[in-house]
Amino acid sequence: MANISLELLALQTFTGLALGSVFVLLGIGLSLIFGLLTVVNFAHGAFYMLGAYAGVFLIGLTGNFWLTLALVPVVVGCIGLGVERFLVRPLYGRGIDYPLLLTFGLGLVLVELVRITYGLDGVPFDTPKELRGATDLGFGFFPTYRIFIIGITALIVTALWLFIEKTSFGLVIRSGARDPEIVRVLGTDISKVWLIVFAIGTGVAGLAGVLSAPMRSVIPDMGTTVLVEAFVVTVVGGMGSLVGAVVAGLLVGVVVSITSLVAPELSDLSMFVLMALVLLIRPQGLFGKKGLMG
Amino acid sequence: MSDIPMRDTELQVSGNRLAGIVRSIARHRVLAVSAFLLLFPLIMPYEALAVNILIFGLFALGFNLVFGYMGVLSFGHAAFFGIGSYATGIAIVHLGLSWLPAILLGVAGAGVVAMIMGGMAIRSRGIYFAMVTLALAQCVYYLVYQMSDWTGGEDGLTGVKAGEINLGFFEFNLVDPTAKYYFMYVFVVIAIFLFSRILNSPFGAVLEAIRENENRARACGYNVLLTKWYAFVISGLFCGLAGSLNALHLSVVPIESLHYHLSGQAVMMSLLGGMGTFFGPFVGAMAFLLLEDIITTMTTHWPLFLGTIFMIFVLFFPKGIWGSVLHWMKR
Repeated sequence: MANISLELLALQTFTGLALGSVFVLLGIGLSLIFGLLTVVNFAHGAFYMLGAYAGVFLIGLTGNFWLTLALVPVVVGCIGLGVERFLVRPLYGRGIDYPLLLTFGLGLVLVELVRITYGLDGVPFDTPKELRGATDLGFGFFPTYRIFIIGITALIVTALWLFIEKTSFGLVIRSGARDPEIVRVLGTDISKVWLIVFAIGTGVAGLAGVLSAPMRSVIPDMGTTVLVEAFVVTVVGGMGSLVGAVVAGLLVGVVVSITSLVAPELSDLSMFVLMALVLLIRPQGLFGKKGLMG
Repeated sequence: MSDIPMRDTELQVSGNRLAGIVRSIARHRVLAVSAFLLLFPLIMPYEALAVNILIFGLFALGFNLVFGYMGVLSFGHAAFFGIGSYATGIAIVHLGLSWLPAILLGVAGAGVVAMIMGGMAIRSRGIYFAMVTLALAQCVYYLVYQMSDWTGGEDGLTGVKAGEINLGFFEFNLVDPTAKYYFMYVFVVIAIFLFSRILNSPFGAVLEAIRENENRARACGYNVLLTKWYAFVISGLFCGLAGSLNALHLSVVPIESLHYHLSGQAVMMSLLGGMGTFFGPFVGAMAFLLLEDIITTMTTHWPLFLGTIFMIFVLFFPKGIWGSVLHWMKR
């Protein structure tokens, strides 16, 4: 193990950050939806997959990567709107397990619908011309596209933070997370807030999907493992905590990436070991509030 | 509902008679299930399907202890089913044990995994539990996947053959589907009997108390955490037996028997049949597998139908088939 140079370690950490960025986007969406709606979205992986396929579809239509990147979250978010309005909403107040079960069924349906449309085989998704090649980071060359992913994730996280902390709608979101009953009493239509939050959460998942499309193969099953990874991130970070999702996402990414350098056969397991440690030491997650889940 | 005068007294009488029958079935539930399953292969198109329903009914039954009776949703039960399968398979293929120790090893293996997983997950409450158990089960999946020398990795474990089974007075081979069904039947009936006893015990009452109101159960002096852990482990043992039987049934252990989709199947079967009801899991397993059998002959897109049916049940029939029947009887 001594022959692993510092440069290699730094590069691998950077790879981990790029991987973690996708986790961050997924974790934020999941946490946001849970924090407000107390819905665990089991279809989150399916929305991620939809994002990738929406990207495939839109890039075929427009031929423009940047336009596609902007449109995919909107398209997936709109699907999310419909799902919340017509499928999840009837289940509020009927026990916390039901939305989870519903979204599990929905995940099966979405994956199968895509399978019917696009088939089982992978669909190629090219890295855009501007982002091909590698960039010199001072300690080594790094794929430009991955730097781009880290950048865009930072952008999204900042934008979301500003939106939630600085706008008046964000204020409603924050108060809705704390006490939806009071918000309703004060005359705000909380169901509209939930609708929009669900759309944002799924839209961000869709964005994560299209962003990782050039790195992973676009197949209908691509959301299956991602869902588990997103769960690990939210468990490590703490349910409903956005800071937790960011920190845990990056942490999980780096841990997986470093393990695959040091002990490749353990890379799949490493994130679960991390999760087990967090569960033993801090069951509510790194940034979770105690008793939130009660 | 009784204050609404019924126009058709005939209907009311027949309704009461039906309700009476249902009540007496419920009173002798183990006998009822045993008798039904005894004749079950006769009404099934082929034996392998009957064996499948038997095994997955047992799987859903074990799962239902935690989900239906204790009210805790686990998404990690594939780990117990899968480890039950693998432990039995390894015992036969690598250790050269005979069928009985192999099955016992399968059940024990599932129990140990349930102890560890339960120990880690049980402190996380509510909805968190589903995610934690799912992630832990997926961890087991990767572990088994990596240990390919023992487990066959991606290809699964092949060559799990019980061979001739000699009971001293009676000899048979599991290659014969009818013999296989009744071989499994014996185990399933014993399991159902034990399950019924557990539910009738004071322990079973505490489980339902936890489901109804966890804080009140705690205030009554019950150790909620420990009870939950016990229930989780017991449930794991039942699912382990189901997995173990499945290994003997298929003669192979596919790696998919550990995937969380299988946990999802247990959830779906329980809900389709009626969670928290005694017959529900078997009804659910039957409905699920029969539908799968019919639909897959027509189209390859079974998950589309499954997901849709499941969503319809979650939205409109959360009591499930058997639960709705019971509800309808009470009216």
